[in-house]
Amino acid sequence: MTAASESASAPSESATVPPGAAALRPGVGTVRAALAILRKDLRIELRARETVPAMALFSVTAFVLFHFGLDRDRLEGDVAAGVLWVTVLLATVLGVNRLFDAEREQGGLEAMLLAPIDRTAIFVAKAGALFAYLVVLEVVAVAAFGLFLLGSDLAGALPGLAALLAMADLGLAAVGALVGALAAETRAREVLGPLLLLPLVVPLAIAGAQGTEPLLTPAGSPADLGRWLGLMALYASVFMLLSVAVFDFLLED
Amino acid sequence: MYARALKPLALLTAAAVALTFGLIFFWAPLDADQGFIQKIFYLHVPMAIVALLGFLAAGIMAAMHLRTRDRRWDMRSYVAVHLSIILAVGVLVTGSIWAKASWGHWWVWSEPVLVSFLITFLLYAVYQPLRFSIDDPDRQGRSASVFAIAGAAFTVLNFVAVRMAEAYTHPRVFSQTGGNMPPRMFVTFLVALVAMALVFATLWTLELGSKTASERLRRARRIRDREAERTELVGARATVERPPTAAGATVPTATPTAAPR
Repeated sequence: MTAASESASAPSESATVPPGAAALRPGVGTVRAALAILRKDLRIELRARETVPAMALFSVTAFVLFHFGLDRDRLEGDVAAGVLWVTVLLATVLGVNRLFDAEREQGGLEAMLLAPIDRTAIFVAKAGALFAYLVVLEVVAVAAFGLFLLGSDLAGALPGLAALLAMADLGLAAVGALVGALAAETRAREVLGPLLLLPLVVPLAIAGAQGTEPLLTPAGSPADLGRWLGLMALYASVFMLLSVAVFDFLLED
Repeated sequence: MYARALKPLALLTAAAVALTFGLIFFWAPLDADQGFIQKIFYLHVPMAIVALLGFLAAGIMAAMHLRTRDRRWDMRSYVAVHLSIILAVGVLVTGSIWAKASWGHWWVWSEPVLVSFLITFLLYAVYQPLRFSIDDPDRQGRSASVFAIAGAAFTVLNFVAVRMAEAYTHPRVFSQTGGNMPPRMFVTFLVALVAMALVFATLWTLELGSKTASERLRRARRIRDREAERTELVGARATVERPPTAAGATVPTATPTAAPR
């Protein structure tokens, strides 16, 4: 590895640089390292299927609980929007709790820290993995919600709902990766992770539920979609910038 | 260092608090609508503003800690968060009392400041559990600082979000703390705000002074124990049991890398 890094410092040999030595060229190296870690995480998930099925199952179970808890067969409007968003946000907790498990349990984090890569790459990869998990979760959760609980037309609401969920996922990915890394170092991480994450996602719950409510109301019109998308975009960008700025300090040793 | 500033600060604070009470009860006019209970406003709103500024200041101090790697900044940030949490509990309690008196309910979801405070409080309530479930002192300081920075950013975002949700469902005029207050009320409010800020500053200095002093004491004890150990070894009584060392040995592990003061 040392020999490879040395050879990479010579600009003329950049074409033959092995991936591990890429940190010497900041921009490209970070992206490549992030993609490598992301690919590793997604491959583990595809083979072991430890996180996403759990999140999806959780969301369906939560819908059943809501059916009995609210004692309603079909939901519309504000209640439907609230049930959907609360379920998605609670299912996110499962994903965040497991986000750094492989690294912690098998010492992968030390190996990543030893590699000459920018630590921001680890954050970007973890956020990307969480984003992918959330998209799959939401496809399952929205379909199950439409099947089991929703009383109004799902097809008409789908474009707006997809936009809101995608924008929320950006924010959730940033906050989730930060909280996951923060909680991963503590002794009581199973408890602290959710306690930390849930207050932090309240703005997303507000924007998501408020933005979805008119979409799921039979006679409603999506009046303010842009406003809530804007709030979510603000949230996502603040937490992305913040996480990139502070992530280094969490992984330092 | 902190002890020197403490005495004048405490005297100034006592004077400001006394002045505030005088103004509240003898000078500020009685609210025509709410009557006497409105006076809780002079406690509730300054507490809320100071708590919020305390959270923001803690975030800035935490950023200073990460930037300079000086652990004193971490201690400052920690104490600011700690005091702001206490003030936030005060805000929730006084807000609840005010809501009961003027709207008839202990909790109203239509009051955005109160709701924002609840969410912020729920987040910061995790600060200490997080901090003290990390053993390594350096890592503890770094994680707590990251928390404080994220918390400060979140506090601002959260206020925007809650106010947006509120404006959407119940449009309301910003009148309670706005400019259409009688001048006497407004002046009293400003004095109360300054007094509350001084209370915060005094408590902050006090707690910081006490934490610094106990840290120095711990360090002095550690040095003494080390000296004792050395003289004992020189005295060639190594075969005898050494009770002072055994007692002292647990102290250094608590703060192995104390900031030299």
